[in-house]
Amino acid sequence: MDPGGGAAVSAAAIPGAAIPAAAVPATAIQSASGPEARPLAAGYLGGAWSWLTSSAHWSGDDGVWHRLLEHLAYSGVCLGLALLIALPAGIVLGHLGRFGALAVNLANAGRAVPTLALMSVLVLTPLGNRSDYWPLVIALTLFCLPPILANAYVGMREVDRDVVEAARGLGMTGRQLVFRVELPLARPLVMTGIRAGAVQLVATATLAALVGGGGLGRIITEGFALQSTPQVVAGAVLVAVLALAVEAVFWLAERALDPRRERRARGRGRRG
Amino acid sequence: MFVKPACGKGGYRAGSTAPSMRHLTPRAEVRAGEGGAVPGTGGTGDGVLSAAGGGSNCLVANDWICGEYLRTRAHDLLDAVGQHLVLTAESVLAGIVVAIPLTLLARRWRPVAGPVLGVTTVLYAIPSLAMFSLLLPVFGLSPSLVVTGLTLYSLTILVRNFLAGLRGVPEDVREAARGMGYGPVRLLLEVELPLALPAVLTGVRIATVSTVALVTVGAIVGYGGLGNLILSGLQSVFKAQVLTASVLCVLIAVVLDLLLLGVQRLLTPWTRAAGQR
Repeated sequence: MDPGGGAAVSAAAIPGAAIPAAAVPATAIQSASGPEARPLAAGYLGGAWSWLTSSAHWSGDDGVWHRLLEHLAYSGVCLGLALLIALPAGIVLGHLGRFGALAVNLANAGRAVPTLALMSVLVLTPLGNRSDYWPLVIALTLFCLPPILANAYVGMREVDRDVVEAARGLGMTGRQLVFRVELPLARPLVMTGIRAGAVQLVATATLAALVGGGGLGRIITEGFALQSTPQVVAGAVLVAVLALAVEAVFWLAERALDPRRERRARGRGRRG
Repeated sequence: MFVKPACGKGGYRAGSTAPSMRHLTPRAEVRAGEGGAVPGTGGTGDGVLSAAGGGSNCLVANDWICGEYLRTRAHDLLDAVGQHLVLTAESVLAGIVVAIPLTLLARRWRPVAGPVLGVTTVLYAIPSLAMFSLLLPVFGLSPSLVVTGLTLYSLTILVRNFLAGLRGVPEDVREAARGMGYGPVRLLLEVELPLALPAVLTGVRIATVSTVALVTVGAIVGYGGLGNLILSGLQSVFKAQVLTASVLCVLIAVVLDLLLLGVQRLLTPWTRAAGQR
């Protein structure tokens, strides 16, 4: 797909849709003057728009819908795995009050390891020889663990010690304490951790495309391969919109499910 | 070693072919490359693998850890580390320069605080690959693209920590300083800044460590420091290169973190007495 051509098509096909009217003539000039001239950002936004509105780009194995499904499948599986591992671990560690430094340091150390590096190394291991899928799932799950674990731990730890003592005084067992007292009180922070993990996951799943996986990132990398800036920008817009949508959905769910709204203000989580 | 796209006019077209054409069929190449050929020669644009014939068994065997690789490619590795450090430093410094006025604005006018934090949070939620791609029409394939993207990410962390630091200054202290005749500028520089310093430097540390990791994604436009080596190593199934570059990446992050922690300790000796970090 030729970038200049794409921009010209957009300017003609959708008058004033996403581009300011003033940009349209400039775009036309730009595409006419050939690839040597530095492209106008507005022209490429128009090109991206026409890429997105072309139905051919949405169907088929390389289409947006298929890539979106792949993306959500990666994210869903990895979020499930991360929840299975990190939530119990964070809750138990927080309840026992041990290894807190470990949990927090793990979260910090995770920041230092580039996702791209871990994915690449895993793809080249024997694991990667056998399947395209598992190296990516393992890498993404590992990156989703720290925020969930750390927030669950901190949430459990921050429960008022007096309340815990009172519950113990009432004769609650450890299990009752966890499920009836600590967990309900820790809930806002736990939810914040899950949201942070999920958003990070959806964002990071984009990188799977760089190491040969699927997902929406493939639209971007294929755009680079085809040297089609409109496709690159269109893919980026799709990925960005998905990430922001996931953030919004989790944020709304958090609000809707939280029985005690006033405690919400406490739980601003760490971003990974 | 790493692909250096010709920037300037038409740079995108000229430069992007080398790193990007392979994205179409990376898996296929991985399979093809496993036949036992000498890694690193698979048309990645790498330099000539001069030492491959000279009894360098670990290169031929494609081992994960390879001393011969370190010896023969030391120059490439140093280049990549240098690019990585420069990109990181530029991004974090630019982030600090932009974050300072934003923080002061957000603190001075309450109505600004919400939008500033909101916008930076939204920027942070945009995946790195998408961020770089969105900036592509503006900057073309250039280091400024990577630096701009990473600056926007570090802004979120920096503004939030700077604000938290300034808000953590006790009101009593401010009142006392005003009572002693401190003007707003002197108050900020001599009273509030020192007290906010731990939070400010923590923000700089976090921003630096995450920037070091994110620089690797810049490899998509050919300016990813060690990320370039990781990606080209992956495409030619060159295990030693991928592992070495990855480990170096983590090392850079750890070393920078420790360095900044040292600076933090030096500048804020009082926090040590209290047993905090």
